[in-house]
Amino acid sequence: NAIKTSKYNLFSFLPLNLFEQFSRLANAYFLFLLILQLIPQISAVPWFTTAVPLLIVLSVSGVKDANDDINRHKQDKQVNNRKVKVLIHGELREERWMNIQVGDIIKLESNQFVPADLLLLSSSEPLNLIYVETAELDGETNLKVKQALTVTGEMGDNMDDLSAFRGELRCEPPNNRLDKFKGTLTVDGQQHGVDNDKILLRGCTVRNTEWCFGLVIFAGSDTKLMQNSGRTTFKRTRIDQLMNILVLCIFGFLATICAIMTVGHAVWEVNEGSAFTAFLPRQSGVDIPLSSFYAFWSYVIVLNTVVPISLYVSVEMIRLGNSFFIDWDRKMYYPKKDTPAQARTTTLNEELGQIKYIFSDKTGTLTQNIMTFNKCSINGRNYGRNLTPAASLHNKNTERVDFSWNQLADPKFVFHDYSLLKTMKEGNLEAQAFFRLLALCHTVMPEENLPGELNYQAQSPDEDALVTAARNFGFVFRSRTPESITVMEMGRKVTYELLAVLDFNNVRKRMSVIVRDPEGRMTLYCKGADTIIYERLHPSCSKLKDITTTHLNEYAGDGLRTLALAYKDLEKSYMERWLERHHEASTAIEGREDKLDVLYEDIETDLMLLGATAVEDKLQDGVPHTIEQLAKADIKIWVLTGDKQETAENIGYSCNMLREEMEIFVVTANTANESGRGATASYNKTQTVPDETVNGEYGLIINGHSLVRSCFRHQTVSVISESERRMQSLGSWSYTAYRSAYALQEDLELELLRTACMCKTVICCRVTPLQKAMVVELVKKYKQAITLAIGDGANDVSMIKAAHIGVGISGQEGMQAVLSSDFSFAQFRYLQRLLLVHGRWSYIRMCKFLQYFFYKNFSYTLVHFWYGFFCGFSAQTVYDDWFITMYNMVYTATSVLALGLFDQDVNDRWSFRYPQLYSPGQLNTFFSKKTFVRCVMVSTYTSLVLFFIPWAAMQDSVRGDGKDVADYQSFALSTQTSLMIVVSAQQMFLDTFYWTAINQFFLWGSIAAYLAITFTFFSNGLFFVFTSSFPFIGTARNSLKQPNVWLTMFLTCLLCVLPTVAFRFLHMQLRPTITDKKFSRKNKVRYKAREEGQPAPAPYRPPPRRVSTRRSSYAFSHSQGYGDLVTSRKFLRLKRRPSLFGRNQSPLVENQPQRYRTITEE
Amino acid sequence: MVKEEQEESSNRPDNTAFTQQRLPAWQPILSASIVIPMFLLIGAAFIGVGVALFITSRDIQLQELDYTGDDSEHPCFKCRTNTEKCTCSMTFSIPTLFKGPVFFYYGLTNYFQNQRKYGASKDDNQLYGDLNYFTSPSTDCDPYTRDSKNMPIVPCGALANSMFNDTFTLSHTVNGVQKIVPLDGKGIAWWTDYNIKYRNPSITPLINAFNGTKKPTNWPKPIYELDTTDVYNNGFINQDFLVWMRRAALPDFRKLYRRITHDDYAAGLPAGNYTLTIAYNYPVHSFNGKKKVVLSNVSWMGGKNDFLGIAYIVVGSMCVVMSVVMLIVYARFKFAEDV
Repeated sequence: NAIKTSKYNLFSFLPLNLFEQFSRLANAYFLFLLILQLIPQISAVPWFTTAVPLLIVLSVSGVKDANDDINRHKQDKQVNNRKVKVLIHGELREERWMNIQVGDIIKLESNQFVPADLLLLSSSEPLNLIYVETAELDGETNLKVKQALTVTGEMGDNMDDLSAFRGELRCEPPNNRLDKFKGTLTVDGQQHGVDNDKILLRGCTVRNTEWCFGLVIFAGSDTKLMQNSGRTTFKRTRIDQLMNILVLCIFGFLATICAIMTVGHAVWEVNEGSAFTAFLPRQSGVDIPLSSFYAFWSYVIVLNTVVPISLYVSVEMIRLGNSFFIDWDRKMYYPKKDTPAQARTTTLNEELGQIKYIFSDKTGTLTQNIMTFNKCSINGRNYGRNLTPAASLHNKNTERVDFSWNQLADPKFVFHDYSLLKTMKEGNLEAQAFFRLLALCHTVMPEENLPGELNYQAQSPDEDALVTAARNFGFVFRSRTPESITVMEMGRKVTYELLAVLDFNNVRKRMSVIVRDPEGRMTLYCKGADTIIYERLHPSCSKLKDITTTHLNEYAGDGLRTLALAYKDLEKSYMERWLERHHEASTAIEGREDKLDVLYEDIETDLMLLGATAVEDKLQDGVPHTIEQLAKADIKIWVLTGDKQETAENIGYSCNMLREEMEIFVVTANTANESGRGATASYNKTQTVPDETVNGEYGLIINGHSLVRSCFRHQTVSVISESERRMQSLGSWSYTAYRSAYALQEDLELELLRTACMCKTVICCRVTPLQKAMVVELVKKYKQAITLAIGDGANDVSMIKAAHIGVGISGQEGMQAVLSSDFSFAQFRYLQRLLLVHGRWSYIRMCKFLQYFFYKNFSYTLVHFWYGFFCGFSAQTVYDDWFITMYNMVYTATSVLALGLFDQDVNDRWSFRYPQLYSPGQLNTFFSKKTFVRCVMVSTYTSLVLFFIPWAAMQDSVRGDGKDVADYQSFALSTQTSLMIVVSAQQMFLDTFYWTAINQFFLWGSIAAYLAITFTFFSNGLFFVFTSSFPFIGTARNSLKQPNVWLTMFLTCLLCVLPTVAFRFLHMQLRPTITDKKFSRKNKVRYKAREEGQPAPAPYRPPPRRVSTRRSSYAFSHSQGYGDLVTSRKFLRLKRRPSLFGRNQSPLVENQPQRYRTITEE
Repeated sequence: MVKEEQEESSNRPDNTAFTQQRLPAWQPILSASIVIPMFLLIGAAFIGVGVALFITSRDIQLQELDYTGDDSEHPCFKCRTNTEKCTCSMTFSIPTLFKGPVFFYYGLTNYFQNQRKYGASKDDNQLYGDLNYFTSPSTDCDPYTRDSKNMPIVPCGALANSMFNDTFTLSHTVNGVQKIVPLDGKGIAWWTDYNIKYRNPSITPLINAFNGTKKPTNWPKPIYELDTTDVYNNGFINQDFLVWMRRAALPDFRKLYRRITHDDYAAGLPAGNYTLTIAYNYPVHSFNGKKKVVLSNVSWMGGKNDFLGIAYIVVGSMCVVMSVVMLIVYARFKFAEDV
């Protein structure tokens, strides 16, 4: 059962790793060069000029690979050495995982990992059930049930039976399908079918099961988990792709200049060389064509440095460094969960600075998935204080209501208005009725493990919040049976008889219960969307209705989810009749739903309004601010959520993504009968928006789960085109759309995207995980923009993987999103720091680095090209061989790395203060083909200066004592020294904005190293030892004391640098970039700030909320409510784990009673 | 409480300036108050240096005599294609005192000493006096490694083989009498070349070291006979040889031949008529090369080269012009914005 995820062992490391490295294009290229250099006819430079850098590059990446592999070895070892109990010869023995073999019988206990794929034989639980968690496999944290065959289950934990167990299992070969298994077990000649229900897969965890026995059927690499662990798709950044293209271009460029040199060589050979044979005879057998051919390859060798060997390694190192900065950032560390941010992929950093689209999940990402009962309006009186974060800051002294009098109160419940409690204690009837309603009208399941320790299992957190509120205000929902509900009313136990549950669905948007209290009074309690309830109110409530409406408006303006509550006392006779009809209808075979609807409509009339509740869907801290910041940075945020439209819309408002002034288009098409309504309703809304908001912002809501396949195609198109027409006619460019992914059809795709992209914010609701990925893919495909997906749950995994960059919210329960993400942190608000600060810096650093890198290599190499015209195109290098060897790896490597790691044009505060600074990255301003060409042009100029100034100055020049100085070696030295200075100065004065001590150290260190190494290599000592390798002996001493050499170098350097300085200065004045503008402002502020202290960024002011007519509606879960379930006897009869709802799951399927899921405790 | 929190949170990143990217840093900006004065200053300095260089270069006297003999009128015309020993002489006059010390150069044009194969065609070990390489010279020297009888050539290689072998005598006509100007052949090579890079084998007499080797094919006499009068100027450390072996960077070059340091001429060459007698051996006709003799004195910044001075003046003026342009641009765009 041993597994191996490592790639190498001690002996195979070298050959395998080398093979792998050489299969990379760049390395192979340099190997090829090295081989070329070993051919004496064409070798223009000694072999070490390529070999040394190549060796360094190979060893750096080799060390990195080795380190990775050692980690994998450790992990493997740890996994392989886990212990498990194995049944051997009738007794249980501890064995290591790696010693398990197919056919072993294993005993597993609760919370143990399953070591291999097992056939479940028996378990401690009745019916041979066992619960497993499959988080490692599919990311779902809910428990799943597996059941053993009865034949095997009978054995129980009888060791003798188990060890005597003989059977034959025939099954499919190992594969990677997690949800399928087929096989037959033959025991005593009888065949039993084995399917996925009886199989425990490696990677699962056993839960809530005392023990179980399993037979190993697949072990080690045959297990489904291992079969699934294919390579994850390797993400490449856009700059990577550009870099590859550029490298190919450079190859082309190299071939071109080599061809030019070859032609030049041929011409020279014909004109000059053949006449020069007196001094340099041709080698026998080498005629002009052949020698030109050699010249081509010689020049390939000499000019190979245009393809920078250390480019890839340096890029990797810079990314790694920047990833570490993300890991280290304390401002992205979440103390409450002790979670730092984590860069899980270290190769994507600079793309963080180019994000154009963010796809965000809602639940758990934008919101905390916690609902709090925040305010209520009871009988026209408003209770509860404003609890937005800003407000709570100001009212720190606002006291929490003390619920200690109520022993059943939930200690986590927070409410800030004492008057309500007072009202309750005074025995206000309306208030009591209000909370009684909340305690009765719901489908929550209670769980009371210890007396007084109540836990509610609710299908939606809203309900939980409401019931908990009632609980704390003295109406404790205690227990329920299919026919009754027990409530502690202000300490008094009251049991209500539950007569009917009029369940919620999307059309009704309300829910009612009919109960009979101990006195025999029958009451209908109803809660639902205000508009729906208002239609059904008794006329006598109109006054109360008006007051409540103002409250509702206020709540809605605060972004709270509201519900209206109402009741109705029922007459006995009417009720009896109704119940009969109800019974009839519910047993009807045809048209049951319709009949029930009619009945419900009938009874839910003339309601008496009680009040309204406001529940806050708590956003994570700082979400609106973050979204506002990101929007300012011109990043478009699309929310993709599985929630229903109202919830999503409401969150859109509370996150500030949608604002009142926006015009919102809704395209909704649910089921056939609903679609029309939704679309038209929103459409009407559109029409009513006055035309004053010509340049306002627009919204388009398209509810999509509905827009399946072809049936609504026509409608969608018409809505979209209509909205587009409107948009265009208004001449406005910013819109907001709600959109959802549906079966994306070819012709609709573009239409959808075009509309959606015109909008500032897009919210897609009711989308499946797959659709999320499809939306991301769609944008990726047609927009050529960098996308980022952020989410926390397993349902976001597909989109996280699909986007260019996936971000996982860590610290939550499921780790699946994090595991497949590239970056992870604990809070949504850290996203702005990740993008605006780290992303921006990484991008700028990478761009500067690349520009600089190409600049330095081109300047360096092109000098050879110019020299070719003066040395008979003989592939004579300009520089000393050792300089060529060290240039890329030593002299210029470190300071440019420091640039790529530490540079900041503006610090983090200013990045936050001016999110607009982010936009250059989105537009690819800093490194593109254009900048590359410009970079090549600048370096061509530099190389011209570098060659021709010394050329002209050295002509016929002599030393101050009359001796030679125009010799080749002096020329080489002065050129290479100028190059070093130019390359350093260019960087020093112009590219680095942020001079830390480390930058300084590396820069001066490089120059010092250059001088030191040069003098060493030109020294007597080395010449004595390696005479032929160091022919430049004495050159440095002789040349560098000549004033004219220095004057020449000085002129060369300034002539290279000054035009760039002038150009940049003028560019800054004439066409300032955003950064320049902010930068000059920054300086002004800086002067001011010297007196005033730090330039604190403007404090964030939450935007003023407006009173709106918009109302969020009922916050039930997505599908049909669980009324049926609550009243179902079957369900309650289950002995264990009575409360088993899935978050996104439809209710139990009755014919499969043992397969259900549960919300694990949060 | 804060303390407690920190203890608990093991994952909390360190709060150092390095990890938080708050390292103190200097952030220079190309602001107008720096750039414009800088350009002005550099411009002024450059013009100053340029003028100084130009004047210095102007003052340097230079006498150049082309003796290739391409022109049929030229006294050396007869020697142009002559393979035999041939001598020709040229006369020239110096109008004013040619200030000393005067240096005597020979110059070659269109001569590719910087050709890669040509330059590589030598054996440093051999020239360093390593006897092992006498018997088996490096193959870099091909095709001048061994002669037709497979005898090793010392010094091997094209570079040595093609050593310049014209010789010159300069005579001063004093009162109608030709007076030979003594030429000093010492101290014309680099100290490092003479003392370190090139060495004779430590065998005396020198000739014994060369047993079993051949002289380069083009040479009239072997290396150990280059200067039989002075052991310290013979063999590999012959200064003419060293000067030749320090190959030129560019195809047109001149090399130091002699210094004129003799007492009579220490202050320079007096005005008058001079005769240059050339032993014309070195063929350049085939590759359209030119040969010349240059008499020159030097200044602190070396020989005559107007380029540097002019370049400094031009660059300096451009800097000044640039600073004015930048000032105008800055005034127009920046001040307006500020207001």
